[in-house]
Amino acid sequence: MTMVEVRRNLGGENGNFPLGMRVLAVDDDPTCLKLLDVTTTSQAKTALKMLRENKNRFDLVISDVHMPDMDGFKLLELVGLEMDLPVIMLSANSDTKLVMKGITHGACDYLVKPVRVEELRNIWQHVLRRKKFDLISPTTDETCQGNGQSGKESEPTDNEDKNGKVNRKRKEEEEEEEEEEEDEENGEEIEDPATQKKPRVVWSIELHGKFVAAVNQLVLKVKAVPKRILDLMNVEGISRENVASHLQKYRLYLKRISSMESLQESMAFQTLSARGTLPISGLSSYQTSGMLGRLNSPSGIGLRNLSSSVLIQPSHTQDLSNSIANIGKLQPVVSPANQNASLFHGIPAQLELNQLQQSKRTSDLFDSGCDPTIFTSANSLVDNTVPVGSLSSSLPSASSNPLFLQENPQQTLSGGVFGNQNSFKVTSLNSEPFNTGISGSNFLSNGRCNENWQSTIQVSKFPSNNPSSLSGTFSHDRLLPNGMRTNNSSSGLRIQSSPLVFSSTSTISAPLGDLREIRCQAGFVGDVQSVNQATNEKWGEHKTDYTQNSNHIFNTLNSMVPPNGDVGQLSQILDQHNGVCNGKIDPSLVSQSNRSPSPLVQLSEIEKSATELKTRSNEDYQSGQMKSQGDLVHNSYDSLDDLMNEMISRV
Amino acid sequence: MLGLGADRLRADMNRLLAFLFHQGVLDEQFLQLQQLQDESSPNFVSEVVNIYFHESEKLLRNLRGLVLEREFSDYKRMGIHLNQLIGSSSSIGAKRLTNICVAFRAASDQNNPTACLRALELLEHDYCYLKNKLHEFFQIEQQRVMAAGVRYPIQN
Repeated sequence: MTMVEVRRNLGGENGNFPLGMRVLAVDDDPTCLKLLDVTTTSQAKTALKMLRENKNRFDLVISDVHMPDMDGFKLLELVGLEMDLPVIMLSANSDTKLVMKGITHGACDYLVKPVRVEELRNIWQHVLRRKKFDLISPTTDETCQGNGQSGKESEPTDNEDKNGKVNRKRKEEEEEEEEEEEDEENGEEIEDPATQKKPRVVWSIELHGKFVAAVNQLVLKVKAVPKRILDLMNVEGISRENVASHLQKYRLYLKRISSMESLQESMAFQTLSARGTLPISGLSSYQTSGMLGRLNSPSGIGLRNLSSSVLIQPSHTQDLSNSIANIGKLQPVVSPANQNASLFHGIPAQLELNQLQQSKRTSDLFDSGCDPTIFTSANSLVDNTVPVGSLSSSLPSASSNPLFLQENPQQTLSGGVFGNQNSFKVTSLNSEPFNTGISGSNFLSNGRCNENWQSTIQVSKFPSNNPSSLSGTFSHDRLLPNGMRTNNSSSGLRIQSSPLVFSSTSTISAPLGDLREIRCQAGFVGDVQSVNQATNEKWGEHKTDYTQNSNHIFNTLNSMVPPNGDVGQLSQILDQHNGVCNGKIDPSLVSQSNRSPSPLVQLSEIEKSATELKTRSNEDYQSGQMKSQGDLVHNSYDSLDDLMNEMISRV
Repeated sequence: MLGLGADRLRADMNRLLAFLFHQGVLDEQFLQLQQLQDESSPNFVSEVVNIYFHESEKLLRNLRGLVLEREFSDYKRMGIHLNQLIGSSSSIGAKRLTNICVAFRAASDQNNPTACLRALELLEHDYCYLKNKLHEFFQIEQQRVMAAGVRYPIQN
């Protein structure tokens, strides 16, 4: 490959990059390099050499994913660790797996070719953001080794939204304002005002080796605190802040490694606990570790699993961290009695999901189940920009859900459950994609009582719906009770799958079948973890389908609702869904008598949710509520996808 | 007269571009490319496109070699080449070529040799078409620049 090097230090006039911003682009395709109009090279090794030559020579690196001499992600890691520069990934491939890989490896952004000029214009924000962090943590004057770095690097495509929050002033010099919420949340070293400019610290291989040695020593004895690491390393010229930010990145890196190698729990645990000791205010990891601690106490959930899922979280956005924190707060699972609160009054679906996951974790003792939920909630937060809202209200609903799951196995209850539409509603709204793991656990824990079931039933009441009116709509659901009785497990699953079903019914017919298969294969009766493995793959495939479908449905619903709360149209949609659901439920009922109930449950869920929605729409359902329902469905759906993604990735 | 010629040539250029857009051969990315051209880089578009042609021909030759290799088709390498071709084609706005490449990549992912061959032939055919049209475009562009540069003699 030929090496093309064009020096355009003053790219500002072209409009692509601000004045003076020095970008290094690495790509084996000269066409793209020419387009970018910056300093370019086609070999990753050359790029590294250029970067190492002069640490302050470049502000930003844009790297292609597919390169002949080195993997783009590897280059990304190296640049991040050594030079601490923001790296943006570039590829013709927009596969979500690659995007996710980019995030986990610490990319600031992931662009898809063809690169639009406008996207390039926004890139400077990454550099600027880091520089602002520099102001807070006086470690570097040009690039930011801020604590929030990991948080920033997590967003691949949502950066545009986040960038909007960044100060738009195009200045290369230090900014005085510290308005960024990221600064506050990620500012691990906020306590030190940006008084001095320290020379930028480059983490060379030797230095990093010393760092790792120090960390490993400390982790064994006490917690690896930056101060102690600094003392152990005994190197001049680096400050505690340097070490702290590097430690943060290192932990991210470890998490990623451990999650990729099916989690070396001990390391993760150490990392997690160590991280928990750091005074990281806004980091989701901190919160997750806190949550983890809380989770451990009530439910005795395997720390490993939680940690693995938690590890993934720190890379998520602020919202995620907030939501996680909220989840943590919700940790003390409310007893069923508490669930009677009007859960669904304007409860963002995300919250419910999170809480549901929380409560599920606490109530259900299963490893695999916990992780997906945590991750799912985190993922759902990432995907959904809906801010985490009234957690308190959602908590009851969330806690009720697990109970539902537990209760489902009871055949006798199924009849009662069906009769109670409220319960359906709850489940449909709150149904977590998480279901596969949870339902499996539910099955195993047959000790769950009817009490929970009944209580959950009571709890699940949509604010706007009249229970009496709802009962009429569940004609379809009657079928389920019969089918349910044949399958103990199915009942539990039913409730969970409603949101998923709801979103997917209209568009997905085949996936439902596949989902069923997946669940059957999951073998809930068996080891939940193994089930997850089996199902993860399929989940992943369906997830994307479902996501699209649910999003589509969700959008449809939302569009239906706002204009005058046109319930009629909505009911039409629901009718369609119901039709689809009903058709599916019957065969599923018949065929799945011997299989895991999850598919059946899902179908029934879908049906129920569809009918419920239909009923509601027929009633004087306020548009706002519909929206919240749609949100719930949407959110739960997203979380389901997230859950699936997580399960798959973890597997 | 010469001044009018420049305008006419510009009209020809636009007509050709509109035609290519209508056919779906090019898309708006090509327009973005044109926007990057200004006084400081007056031949930006033609430079980029020439680089693209140069690289693409190499890739196409490699692809043809891989596809015709009956014994043991290296689909992985094919995929890598295709990825690059997709990237560069989409970067200059060659929409139809990009789509064919995507289909080609799908065929190669499925290890389908007949589909790959068919896609390759379609790709080569479309590539020749695009190259001819863009050459034509640049020729008109050159003429237009020359025509616009001509000044009317001052009439006394």
